[in-house]
Amino acid sequence: MMSAELWGIVALSLRVGALAVALTLPLAFALAWILARWRFPGRVLLDALVHLPLVLPPVVTGWLLLVAFGPAGPVGRWLEEWFGVVLIFRWTGAALAAAIMALPLMVRAMRLSIEAIDSRLEGAARTLGAGRWHAFRTVSLPLALPGIFAALVLGFARSIGEFGATITFVSNIPGETQTLPLAIYSALQVPGGEAMVTRLALLSVVLSLAALVLSEWLVRRSHGERARRGD
Amino acid sequence: MAIDLDVERRLGERNIAARFTAGPGLTALFGPSGAGKTSILNMVAGLLRPDRGHIRIGERTLFGPGIDLAPEARRVGYVFQDGRLFPHRRVRANLLYGHDLAPPANRWMGFDEALAFLGIGHLLDRWPQSLSGGEAQRVAIGRALLAAPELLLLDEPLASLDAARRGEIMAVIERIRDELRVPILYVSHDRAEVERLATEIVPIGG
Repeated sequence: MMSAELWGIVALSLRVGALAVALTLPLAFALAWILARWRFPGRVLLDALVHLPLVLPPVVTGWLLLVAFGPAGPVGRWLEEWFGVVLIFRWTGAALAAAIMALPLMVRAMRLSIEAIDSRLEGAARTLGAGRWHAFRTVSLPLALPGIFAALVLGFARSIGEFGATITFVSNIPGETQTLPLAIYSALQVPGGEAMVTRLALLSVVLSLAALVLSEWLVRRSHGERARRGD
Repeated sequence: MAIDLDVERRLGERNIAARFTAGPGLTALFGPSGAGKTSILNMVAGLLRPDRGHIRIGERTLFGPGIDLAPEARRVGYVFQDGRLFPHRRVRANLLYGHDLAPPANRWMGFDEALAFLGIGHLLDRWPQSLSGGEAQRVAIGRALLAAPELLLLDEPLASLDAARRGEIMAVIERIRDELRVPILYVSHDRAEVERLATEIVPIGG
């Protein structure tokens, strides 16, 4: 059965995942839009930077976060002085690490769906009297929704599975930064922890499956009758 | 409402230039494929910026020295060659898209009137993907007319249709020319089509 300890781990993982995708979504969408639609010098560099967390060893990403957001780091010091916000060894720090790791996946998913939209539809909307923003909101954004949902799920799944950058940046503190993968890692270190490992692993599978099912449902809903009728 | 146009635009290796005035009725921009006819329509609609020149409708300057109205401010209805209906909106929502955005004082065609005029009342709940070529073209025309344009642009509206549908859409265009007050700029490379429909013919390129 689910003990209070297990619930705590799951709740923390969900909280970290939710904050991570909430943080990342607007930025990832903006980046996906820019990479899909704009042509400018430095685009290749921006593309590479966005994908960096995907190819760097996660420990390196975690260390970079430590350098930047730690108490002595430039961003960390600034956040503490001005907002009293400390990220290191906190669940919010775990969310930041997860967000950075999820960013490339979310950008990729949304960029693909944005590239699939006929950009001339916005021109058609403009000739019908829609301003730039209205055309975006009523034409491109709804057409990009399936990609946005896919990105949310991918990002969320990546976030609750994040290990390397998280443990490097915010350590493995039960109740504060110990999400599912970190708890599994800890349980593996304890003699006789196999039962715990099994339960945690099963929970991970259930959470991931639930996220997938939810996203499929959302995508279908966003397509409306169009998808159901198949025309 | 007279149209006064004199534009030039370089697109890669091509230089697209046109100069004409057009009165009421249907003015056909006639010329071979690749002469830049669609680019001229895009410049009128505000989707392509001329390098120099001017575009005026009556007393209103759409483009000129120091003036470059946004597409949404031009009141130019555009029926694209490929229809370009919004795939995520049913026919009804496609038709009402520009109608709802137009200030009521500018509207000169009611929704029901447009449905009757184009014979598309039975299509309202359909999705654009499920329409035939002729149906889609009529909906695209209706969507443009309902947005209260002062000028209508038609880009090869018959190009993607079979012979039977061509006759049907041609009849619709003739009725727009004869019964509605809106002047039409019509792009085509088909001489027979242009000779049947045009009030005036402006040769482009070639």
